[in-house]
Amino acid sequence: MVRATLHTTLLVAALAAQPGLVSAGLADYELSGKVTGELRYFTQDAQFSDQSQTSNLSISAQPELYWEWNNGNDSLTFTPFLRLDQHDDERSHADIRELSWLHVGDDWELRAGLRKVFWGVTEFQHLVDVINQTDGVEDIDGEDKLGQAMINLSLVKNWGIVDLYLLPGFRERTFPGADGRLRSGLVVDTDAAQYESGAKEKHLDTAIRWSHSVDVLDLGLYWFHGTNREPVLTPQLNSNGDTVLVPLYEQMDQLGVDIQATVDSWLWKFEAIHRDTALDDFLATQAGVEYTFYGLQDSAADLGVLIEYGWDERGTRGGQNQNDLFFGGRFTLNDADSSELLAGISHDLDHDSTSVLIEASRRVGNNWKVSLDGRFFQSDTPADPGYAIRQDDHLQLSVERYF
Amino acid sequence: MTSFTKPLNTLLATALLTSPVLALAETAEEKGLSISKEAKARDAGWGDMQAEMKMVLRNKQGQESIREIRIKSLEVLDDGDKSLTMFDKPRDVKGTNFLSFSHAVGADDQWLYLPALKRVKRIASRNKSGPFMGSEFSYEDLSSFEIEKYSYKYLRDEACDHGTCFVVEQYPVDKNSGYTRRQVWIDQAEYRMLKVEFYDRKNSLLKTLSSTGYQQYLGKHWRADSQKMVNHQTGKSTDLVWAHYQFKTGLKDKDFNKNTLKRAR
Repeated sequence: MVRATLHTTLLVAALAAQPGLVSAGLADYELSGKVTGELRYFTQDAQFSDQSQTSNLSISAQPELYWEWNNGNDSLTFTPFLRLDQHDDERSHADIRELSWLHVGDDWELRAGLRKVFWGVTEFQHLVDVINQTDGVEDIDGEDKLGQAMINLSLVKNWGIVDLYLLPGFRERTFPGADGRLRSGLVVDTDAAQYESGAKEKHLDTAIRWSHSVDVLDLGLYWFHGTNREPVLTPQLNSNGDTVLVPLYEQMDQLGVDIQATVDSWLWKFEAIHRDTALDDFLATQAGVEYTFYGLQDSAADLGVLIEYGWDERGTRGGQNQNDLFFGGRFTLNDADSSELLAGISHDLDHDSTSVLIEASRRVGNNWKVSLDGRFFQSDTPADPGYAIRQDDHLQLSVERYF
Repeated sequence: MTSFTKPLNTLLATALLTSPVLALAETAEEKGLSISKEAKARDAGWGDMQAEMKMVLRNKQGQESIREIRIKSLEVLDDGDKSLTMFDKPRDVKGTNFLSFSHAVGADDQWLYLPALKRVKRIASRNKSGPFMGSEFSYEDLSSFEIEKYSYKYLRDEACDHGTCFVVEQYPVDKNSGYTRRQVWIDQAEYRMLKVEFYDRKNSLLKTLSSTGYQQYLGKHWRADSQKMVNHQTGKSTDLVWAHYQFKTGLKDKDFNKNTLKRAR
């Protein structure tokens, strides 16, 4: 770990000295990326005894190296990621977000290597997005993903785009360690992970997706067969006699659909999955609408408002968004500094718990970006997943340097 | 009654149509339209185009902020053009790409690719009057010129940098436009748009666009090297500097879809 850290740091330092597009012989080469400093301040005392932090400093780096040749029809992208965290050893981690080769044919593309794929249309939950594993130590929004090994053939037809995926090499979800805030009451023992398949993490997963745009509609439909990215967590005693959560990765078949209708200033969004595992067989949806008021009071500012609803057939014994209502607002000044204010409220109608998120951000100069976030949680029901983080209200200051 | 009026009307109409004086007298609206049609016709057949654009945003105090983008576009006959825009600067938006299928009539189809999430997002295209990347150019200022987007009125001839200009007023058809009208100066020799004055929704002068350094490509298509937009109400301005214009590079319809949106560099 320390060794990998040192190497990556050296690499970043060496490469940062020569940014921009360089034509090195036959291939074009480009370096870009960002370094982020993040400070969290928790406004309440920790709920669990090992959680030592009331404030936490963390830095991360994500450079991207890109080469292209053969007139841009072949390219290689390498995006390592590294985070160092003041308190949580689990959050200090490295990953290869992308190391992939892309070949462009006439009406097809072949993409091979470690990559990230996003599917879906909604904002508060990414229900249909299943290719990549969540990098759970990064943030609670689930938007950070680990690089997934794949061979992806993409075919462009008159009737849409068809993507075929072979996914060798499953990635286990990351979870905060005992020292980390924003975690479940019991710590997840990631070293004790279990699998339904005898092939374990070497199970070859497959997926096929069709997507198309027809007039105001953007449509997606897929089938996924393989290891469920979402583990079943079961309390067990470990060798030290401590109770920990052990992740079990089941096999699943999943059918997913996502639809967006874009009409005037309205975006109508719908996502649904049907998941079939040994343990369960259920439907879940996330749907909503977004409307934007452009040019408020004849100014350049816009206000977007969103409402979404999440439902899961399993009810409270299932997913986190089983009967949840979401409200959001996005206020953008459209000024030279891209000043923006985001606010979101999610409310669990079964557990009567609420979380609030506020994010303010702007660019500083040409290469810096500053963001101040606040997250607040309220929950009175021990059965609610949010109960474990009810004392983890925090403010977060992030400073990003792009190169 | 009917039997009497009908022949009279026909007679009257025939008399008017054959009258040489009236046939020659094109109305100001017709002349404005025909000038704009001629300008569009002279540039038709460019096929496809690629160019690089640098924007320098200046506030009232003279502080500068830089934007760099690259554009690929494809001419679509009988409809709006297709375009793919790649953002290079500022650095925090690097890798963001924008795909647009514009339409002469009705809303454009627009998608944004967000590289951090690898997400393609269909966006509402109603936002015509909003600023493009915080600049003094709005989205509608940068969209392709289509005859159907305006109604027209010829005002006068006036001396300008390249000899004599037609001065034509253009009234946006789209109710979401940020303007009541635009006044454009088009030179009579080559039909190049040299100057545009924009009038806001309250009909006061908002901005002036001046285009200079016109160069001709493929012996036909005139493009300005630099354009300056000055906002008279805020004192801010934006300079556009164009470079590496290329025409007929062989771009096809297949170069403008969600896959190319995701991989464009």
